[in-house]
Amino acid sequence: MVAEENLRVVRSGGSKLNFRRAIFSIDSKYLFCVSGDFVKVYSTTTEGCVYVLQGHSNLVTGIQLNPQNHLQLYSCSLDGTIKLWDFVDGILIKTFVVGCKLYGFFAPVHLEDSVFIIINKETPDEFQLASMKLPKSPSQEVEVKELSFVLDYINQSPKCTAFGREGQYVVAARDLYLSVYFFKKKKTFRFSLPSESKKNCNNIFTCVACHPKEDCIATGHQDGRIRLWRNFNDNRNYTYTSLHWHHDIVMDLAFSVEGTSLLSGGRESVLVEWRGGIEKNKEFLPRLGGTIEHISASPGGDLFCTSHSDNKIMIIHRNLEVSAIIQGLVKDSIVNTGLMIDPRTKALVMNGKPGHLQFYSLQNDKQLYNLDIIQQEYVNDPGLVHIELMKAAFSSRGNWLATVEQRQEKEAELELQMKLWEFNEQQQGFILNTRINMPHEDHITALCFSDIENSETPSLVTTSKDGHFKVWILTDDSDIYKQAMGWTCDFVGSYHNYQATNCCFSEDESLLAVSFEEIITIWDSATWELKCTFCHRPGKIKNLCFGRQTCSKYLLGTTEKSFLCCWNLLTCTLEWNVQLNVTVLEPDPNSDNIAAVSWFSGGSDLFVFKPSEPRPLCIQKSICREKVQCAVFVPRDVPESFISEDYQWLNKSQFYFLNESQDLMTFSTKSPEEKLTPTSKQLIAEESLPTTPFYFLLGKHRKQQETKPDEVPEHELIYHPSATDIPAISELLQTPAHVLPSASFLCSMFVNSLLISKGTKSAEEVPDEVEMESEQATDDSDEENNISEIAQNAINDTDIGDEIPQISKTQEKTLRKLRKVDYSWMCAL
Amino acid sequence: MLSVGNTRKGMGEFKVHRVRFFNYVPVGIRCVAYNHQSNRLAVSRVDGTVEIYNLAANSFQEKFFPGHEGRATEALCWAKGQRLFSAGLNGDIIEYDLEKMSVKYSVDGFGGPIWSMAADPSGSYLAIGCEDGSVKLFQVSPDKIQLERTLERQKGRILSLSWHPSGTHIAVGSIDYIAVLDAKSGSTTQKMLMDKRHPGSQRRRCVVWGVAFLSDGTVVSTDSAGMVQFWDSETGTLVQTHPLTSSDVLSIAVAEKEDSLVVGTAEGTIFHFQLIPSRSDGKQSQWVRTKPFQHHTHDVRSVAHSPTALISGGVDAHLVIRPLMEKVEVKNYDAALRKITFPHRRLISCAKKMQLLLFQFPQRLELWRLGATDAAGKNEDILPLSRNAEHLLQLKKKGPENICCSCISPCGSWIAYSTASRFYLYRMNYENNSVSIKRVSKLPKFLSSAFQILFSGDSAMLYVASNQGSLHVIQLLEGSLKHLHTFQPQSGTSEAISLLAVSPDGNWLAAAGMSSGVSIYNLKHLKPHCMVPAYNFPVTALAIAPNTNNLVIAHSDQQVFEFSIPQKQYTDWSRKVQKHGLHYLWLERDTPITHITFHPKRPTHILLHDTYMFCIIDKSMPLPDDKTPLFNQLSLREASENVRRRHAHAFKISKKFQPLLFMDLLDEGTLVAVERPLEDIIAQLPPPIKRKKFGT
Repeated sequence: MVAEENLRVVRSGGSKLNFRRAIFSIDSKYLFCVSGDFVKVYSTTTEGCVYVLQGHSNLVTGIQLNPQNHLQLYSCSLDGTIKLWDFVDGILIKTFVVGCKLYGFFAPVHLEDSVFIIINKETPDEFQLASMKLPKSPSQEVEVKELSFVLDYINQSPKCTAFGREGQYVVAARDLYLSVYFFKKKKTFRFSLPSESKKNCNNIFTCVACHPKEDCIATGHQDGRIRLWRNFNDNRNYTYTSLHWHHDIVMDLAFSVEGTSLLSGGRESVLVEWRGGIEKNKEFLPRLGGTIEHISASPGGDLFCTSHSDNKIMIIHRNLEVSAIIQGLVKDSIVNTGLMIDPRTKALVMNGKPGHLQFYSLQNDKQLYNLDIIQQEYVNDPGLVHIELMKAAFSSRGNWLATVEQRQEKEAELELQMKLWEFNEQQQGFILNTRINMPHEDHITALCFSDIENSETPSLVTTSKDGHFKVWILTDDSDIYKQAMGWTCDFVGSYHNYQATNCCFSEDESLLAVSFEEIITIWDSATWELKCTFCHRPGKIKNLCFGRQTCSKYLLGTTEKSFLCCWNLLTCTLEWNVQLNVTVLEPDPNSDNIAAVSWFSGGSDLFVFKPSEPRPLCIQKSICREKVQCAVFVPRDVPESFISEDYQWLNKSQFYFLNESQDLMTFSTKSPEEKLTPTSKQLIAEESLPTTPFYFLLGKHRKQQETKPDEVPEHELIYHPSATDIPAISELLQTPAHVLPSASFLCSMFVNSLLISKGTKSAEEVPDEVEMESEQATDDSDEENNISEIAQNAINDTDIGDEIPQISKTQEKTLRKLRKVDYSWMCAL
Repeated sequence: MLSVGNTRKGMGEFKVHRVRFFNYVPVGIRCVAYNHQSNRLAVSRVDGTVEIYNLAANSFQEKFFPGHEGRATEALCWAKGQRLFSAGLNGDIIEYDLEKMSVKYSVDGFGGPIWSMAADPSGSYLAIGCEDGSVKLFQVSPDKIQLERTLERQKGRILSLSWHPSGTHIAVGSIDYIAVLDAKSGSTTQKMLMDKRHPGSQRRRCVVWGVAFLSDGTVVSTDSAGMVQFWDSETGTLVQTHPLTSSDVLSIAVAEKEDSLVVGTAEGTIFHFQLIPSRSDGKQSQWVRTKPFQHHTHDVRSVAHSPTALISGGVDAHLVIRPLMEKVEVKNYDAALRKITFPHRRLISCAKKMQLLLFQFPQRLELWRLGATDAAGKNEDILPLSRNAEHLLQLKKKGPENICCSCISPCGSWIAYSTASRFYLYRMNYENNSVSIKRVSKLPKFLSSAFQILFSGDSAMLYVASNQGSLHVIQLLEGSLKHLHTFQPQSGTSEAISLLAVSPDGNWLAAAGMSSGVSIYNLKHLKPHCMVPAYNFPVTALAIAPNTNNLVIAHSDQQVFEFSIPQKQYTDWSRKVQKHGLHYLWLERDTPITHITFHPKRPTHILLHDTYMFCIIDKSMPLPDDKTPLFNQLSLREASENVRRRHAHAFKISKKFQPLLFMDLLDEGTLVAVERPLEDIIAQLPPPIKRKKFGT
């Protein structure tokens, strides 16, 4: 690593996937969604992230396929640029600089050269729809100057703007107004709804969608009504039908490709399909989790997808069956549990969906699974008091998980439940072992496990506001029916009836520190005897932790009155203290470092120190503007070796923290490009091959290769590039489409490379290169000459080098087989 | 039920008898039929009553045929211009004489009960659908209808029927199927079976309650499964289905232009369907359900579609005229929703001196004596009763016909009522607390029926408006009658008289025809005096003021005229009102004025009321213009003397009593107000279809 590496705070995955509508590629194989400053490309079948398109320097606010070339994608961002991507290869093709913040982007299919953007001019909260022509210039970065306004005073959200059938009109809704602009007539019609016509009516528009085949506009409203507007090219004769099922705001609407059905969703988390626009003809897909925020339909018509408030995209089959779920880090709820690391999977664990713990893989930026703790149906309705998951803790080996849930409707009615979960090796999951009702009389403030590697009986300590701390141990709970182990209370401790606020075991688990408001008590974990007390008045203890490894003789605590104190356990004296408003105190389990995050009105600062040394190892000023809620050290799989003293603390573990706006952040020294996982340029190239006869040829070839493992070992080396080794093919497959020469030029070269042929017919120009190939291949197979059948393996096909490419015998054979294949279906095309 | 209270200052203080024991329940509506030519609406009720509303004249109920026990109308239609026919379960087809206000004739259909009837587009044929499954064609000749042909008999009763606009085919709806018949040959050309698979219930029969045949060959059906279905009658295929409710869809009506249709459901909702081009440039159109309207609580038995409005009526007896905003040219008062619940006639007469009220029900008369109080109180106080109101008498009608009109003499000793074919007169005797009644049996022959009955102020004379427009003057003697004179209508007209008014001194009699003007007769000399200049809108109320003998006329367009009988011309005040114009809020009132009376001590006051307000017009006060608030009584009461004087105007309006069916002045300081709260009516209706409401 170089010395001048720079430590930066970077957002670590888990940015919002549900910010804008996700869109499908034309073949429904990929799903694109905006994610912070990036655009993510997911596979709809494997749910995996195939590409991350990076390049914008601010939030991406809109994406749309290029209507002229469906292998390209437009994206617009608050940084004032529109970028055109080749998503098959993940390459940025062009950047159009507009210069003002762009809030939405539309590229209607039928308005060929114009694109539309939502911008904000002068007055805040007043947004305009502007059209512009993207200049056709070869340079990489083009400035766009000419904007012409189409509609004024529209909604910021692109959900409230839609383009009608064949791009004939554009609809925008805001508040109680619906404006329709007809491009041909250059005329705007405005319709308004009464503000509160009847009781329980709230007619504010929330989203619009246009019927793809008919002149019909669907609008969603705040009170759950959907209106289907027709005859809107007439100020008087316009009419609407209302569909009412949602009881709360309609979040988004989408028509199916043919317009035969309309999909709507809202806070009920039910996807409603209205068939034929008839109120009684509807189908439901219920229990989808969080609020449905966006709905989109694939151009092929076979898939829908819904984006949910719990940072999830669901891909739903046409027959309303969920086919895939792309789940990001759930950020919907308040993180009561804080950040934890599952010792087994090294996954980040925190509150997820309501009542669930989510296990989130930081390496893959993917949710691993959800553990349903509360095991109750969640009803998404305001005014309901739900059971909340308050605390969770893992034992050090990860075989026990303790969770605390509570529900408090009124001051006096507290419902508490503690659950202990055991990891089951066979089922590879946590199984409920013990459920304890009302473990304490009052709120549980902290809990921690102690299980030393070799100890047979793990124990758990819980502290509560009722003034007690309880020690729970695993005991034999067998009866005549079964052998079982269960958790029971072993010891109850208190100190002058003060509220117990924190607890913490020393590294060797011999000591337990429990803080009672202003006082820290130290207990012997073997006998549960009070050893000594520490106090640093005034101010209650907020955080508490023991030093690790070489510093295990120190105990650290922070108080509400902005002090960070360090006590020496051997001398029972205060070693040092500093005035610092610490919000988070987190020890690194792999080293003796401790991280403290302080907060002042200006921002949060990070201090990393060793308890034994008063001088901090590293000070990182203003790591973020907001208050840091919680933080965790994540052990690295492969230790880094930072030479710089400032970053040595990051060698063994990585530091993650969560701020109040629920952004998960970490420190990185790498540039973003380096972080790219070495995925799948190859993968994409393979996947993008359609199942054409040519594909069968290649595929079969490979299979044959695979079925001959007994051949020369160097065969393995050439196996993979066998197809791509032929320069023409590799050129075809690996060069981005936009830099390829014309297909007719390539064609002859390509065919020549395959066969010793007399020449080819000139191919028609087909926009899709792959299609062209397949046609060409079949043409060839038709006019192919007789090739004598000789032993297949006689000629080694490795000698295809820079010389004239030659065809292998196996290939010849497959080509001849191809002749016999029925290609009558080609005529139908 | 009765309270006595004081009313406000500006109008003078009154003791008010608040009567709520008039137990009137309007009868449910069975059919509505709209006539394009005359812009009139015919409404038939479950008891056989047929009413004609003039939509051009502020939806005033112009004419009314009293019901008949044996004549349950199931279908109502206009044919040959403005001839009105009805058919019912007694198997008869009836034509009504709209001039003479009588049944012209009735013809047996010979197919059992008739469930449906429709006139062909030219109006020269009537098709009826009968219980036995036959569809019969009747030719409409100028004074008769004649059976022309019976079309191919179907299985099951024919519940609905519709002509193709070209008049060649008829679509009929029965149970579980729709058939298309050729009107010429009488053969069945197409049969379309309904889907019997009901969602939710086991095989129930699907009743086709309504069909409509459109000119492109589409048949629209409404059925008991809650569906509106569009069929192609050429191929017999189902084109489009709109499931609307889980209950029945009972009725359908199509606009003349065939671009919109309306259906009514058993849940009280009406749904509007519109033919909307699916693309603005293309020719393809589709029927789209646009807006639902919920103005009824019970079944909507019948709907009609006028060019500018959707009209519906049902079991809850409301007639609702819902204008289509996009079809209304100017957003004036015609663009407002109209709900007609109470008849535009007076059902109550009052014997002022005896404090008696006579209530007219379709089947009976009730005589009540008002309560009394000794207490005195402040403004708006409710006074305790020293004597409760007393139900003195109930007179049940005789025969199958319903009561058409009734009257009690001002002294309370005579009661007269009439059905469509008989006239009854009773002599009352009050002795202490008992009432005895004696029918006057020897009635002259010409007194067979009456449209209006009126007693003179001293109860010595009886005026009877009879059919053919004749007006009889009869002197009442103890126990016998003396026929004095019969005024025959002006030559040529034989139109029935709808309203009568006599001057308190008994010298003048004013009679208003159904649509022609008001004629005034001199009773002293028993000869016609003059005619009030003709006015376009029908008269809703008439009264002659004491002393001045000024005739006050209220019309359905809410205009009020004052006509001086001795001078044979409009009074100066009336001219002033016409010149100045009435307040726009006054003109936008919903219901017509049904009663006018005068204060004996204050000659400048005219007291009048409609269903929702009671008004005293003070002729000495300045008229309000459009800028001043019309209903300023409540605000003026709090205001200072100065402000009050400045803002006071001629119209003193009280909306305290609603819905007000009758209000009269008993003496100088006492009013009687008869209210009929809507909740009391709803309580007497059968329970509506229960619908789940979200959140309950």
